[in-house]
Amino acid sequence: MNKPYDNRAWFLVFPVVVLVAFSAIIPIMTVVNYSVQDTFGANKFFWAGTEWFVEVLRSDRFHHALGRNLAFSFIILAIEIPLGIAIALSMPKKGPWVSVCLVLMALPLLIPWNVVGTIWLVFARNDIGLMGHTLTQLGMGYNYATSIFGAWFTVILMDVWHWTSLVVLLCYAGLSAIPEDYYQAARIDGASKWAVFRYIQLPKLRGVLIIAFLLRFMDSFMIYTEPAVLTGGGPGTATTFMSIDLVKKAIGQFDLGPAAAMSLIYQLIVLLVCYVFFTVMSNIDSDKPQAGGQQ
Amino acid sequence: MAEITLDKLAHSYLPAPKTDADFALKEIDHVWSDGGAYALLGPSGCGKTTLLNIISGLLVPSKGNVLFDGKDVTELQPEDRNIAQVFQFPVIYDTMTVRENLAFPLVNRGVATDEITKRVNDMIGILDLGAKADRKARDLTADEKQKISLGRGLVRYDVNAILFDEPLTVIDPHMKWQLRTKLKELHRQLGHTMIYVTHDQTEALTFADKVVVMFEGEVVQIGTPEELFDEPAHTFVGYFIGSPGMNILPCDVSGGVARVGSQDIPLNKGYSGLTGKIELGIRPEFVSLGAGKNGMPIQVKSVEDIGRFKIVHAQLEGYPVSAMLPEGSSVPADATAYFDTSRINLYRDSHLVRGEAAS
Repeated sequence: MNKPYDNRAWFLVFPVVVLVAFSAIIPIMTVVNYSVQDTFGANKFFWAGTEWFVEVLRSDRFHHALGRNLAFSFIILAIEIPLGIAIALSMPKKGPWVSVCLVLMALPLLIPWNVVGTIWLVFARNDIGLMGHTLTQLGMGYNYATSIFGAWFTVILMDVWHWTSLVVLLCYAGLSAIPEDYYQAARIDGASKWAVFRYIQLPKLRGVLIIAFLLRFMDSFMIYTEPAVLTGGGPGTATTFMSIDLVKKAIGQFDLGPAAAMSLIYQLIVLLVCYVFFTVMSNIDSDKPQAGGQQ
Repeated sequence: MAEITLDKLAHSYLPAPKTDADFALKEIDHVWSDGGAYALLGPSGCGKTTLLNIISGLLVPSKGNVLFDGKDVTELQPEDRNIAQVFQFPVIYDTMTVRENLAFPLVNRGVATDEITKRVNDMIGILDLGAKADRKARDLTADEKQKISLGRGLVRYDVNAILFDEPLTVIDPHMKWQLRTKLKELHRQLGHTMIYVTHDQTEALTFADKVVVMFEGEVVQIGTPEELFDEPAHTFVGYFIGSPGMNILPCDVSGGVARVGSQDIPLNKGYSGLTGKIELGIRPEFVSLGAGKNGMPIQVKSVEDIGRFKIVHAQLEGYPVSAMLPEGSSVPADATAYFDTSRINLYRDSHLVRGEAAS
């Protein structure tokens, strides 16, 4: 076959190039541009090199925000993943209740982030909020606006309420994909409930759990709207996560250089964690050809 | 290893079955002998899987009892029946090695470690999985996985029966034959009672000592492959077993003669007082062709040459008839058909009627 060579073919990829340029490359390069320059206003910029990166990486403010982010992601993953699996396991497999459960589960996912924040803002208030008022009446000194513990408790509870459903739905889909034969074979093999979970359900859920973990990690690591609405990062800086700090820096203080450097570092951390996690999870207990073995 | 008694067994998926049609499995009453290899053969939806699930304990029958060696197990759970089952899709525990897979049922039953090691090593030898014993089971091919599924049943030594639910469905064609041979060999070697569900007649006929043919929830015949071929008890069996299936022609019988349309076919046996829907059955193997004035005139529709023989599809008195001719024989233009009269079976309302020896 003789294929003619024609440079006009490049025009065919042109729309995609334009789309990607405007949606990703230009915005990111703008940020990169800011991150290596300094300005005193009036649209005058000076070359700053890696100065902002060094400053951000050395600042306590950044370290603390990063620490809060890591702690937050760790806590909500430690709650949402097991809880999501447990709920998915206890949901009915067939019958009219399946759709009821699925709709109930999907509801929190359909609510916009700022509305979630507002719902909890009201729900957790000491005077009129159902939860806040009840806890206060029970004699617990609960207040998300003044106590660090109260603020963290509410933010975490809010995230668990909002996002556990995602893990549930993913796991439920994963569980539904396991053929009935596996359960029958396990019964015949005399497997206990725990063994069925450990050797059938959990391995078969691996794929969806990797996705659930990555989605929840990325989302929670970039969390902004809900705590911004609920606590505004307070009390003090107790719930000032990196995204909130970033917005304060970029829009509040208009420190474009440090903010740009910080967002690049922020993005690299997300990418790095996801990459490491994905690589580890995909290779964990795969069958490596043994030394001197087959293949 | 056990003798399996199916005592007036019937099952309906409806809560209150009324008519016969409500039953997915119509009443069956049989004893399957210890160490036998049985195949349940029938088209999809004929009730063979229902029957298998009743034997394995996944279903409790609406009526009747299942007995293993005389002991009533009807209400027992699968895990308490001491059976093994191989499913259509190979079931293996992904995260375990081949060895761990085989040990799993023994570990669950609390067998001593030395004993487990010994039995698992034996089983790996029997199944020819030695080279892959310490690999993850999920990286094996489908037929190897199916061997592991089977092995998990066999390591228990004392299983009452091994049930196979269309185990070769997902196996590559060239491996099917090997695995089937292996199954037969294991059956001879270990002597378990084996029950094998399939819709593939070749599998059923090569695997089993006794083939149980099912049709619309009913066991229509239990017999050796020869019996199914020579004397199908039901027109369905005649049609289903054999390739192509038996020719079934509506006819009238009077005296020693069957009348198909305007053709008289003499019968070797006497039949008296036949009423209802009468049909004549003859296998294509026993139809031969002639030409000209002799024999019954037929219109040849098509000829399939499948190597060792030719299959002729024709019309006799408006009814389809197939004939199998040896390789190289020619089909005459004005073809006629002969039936081997000693091979003719008569059916009343689809069931075989045995004639009296001709006087």
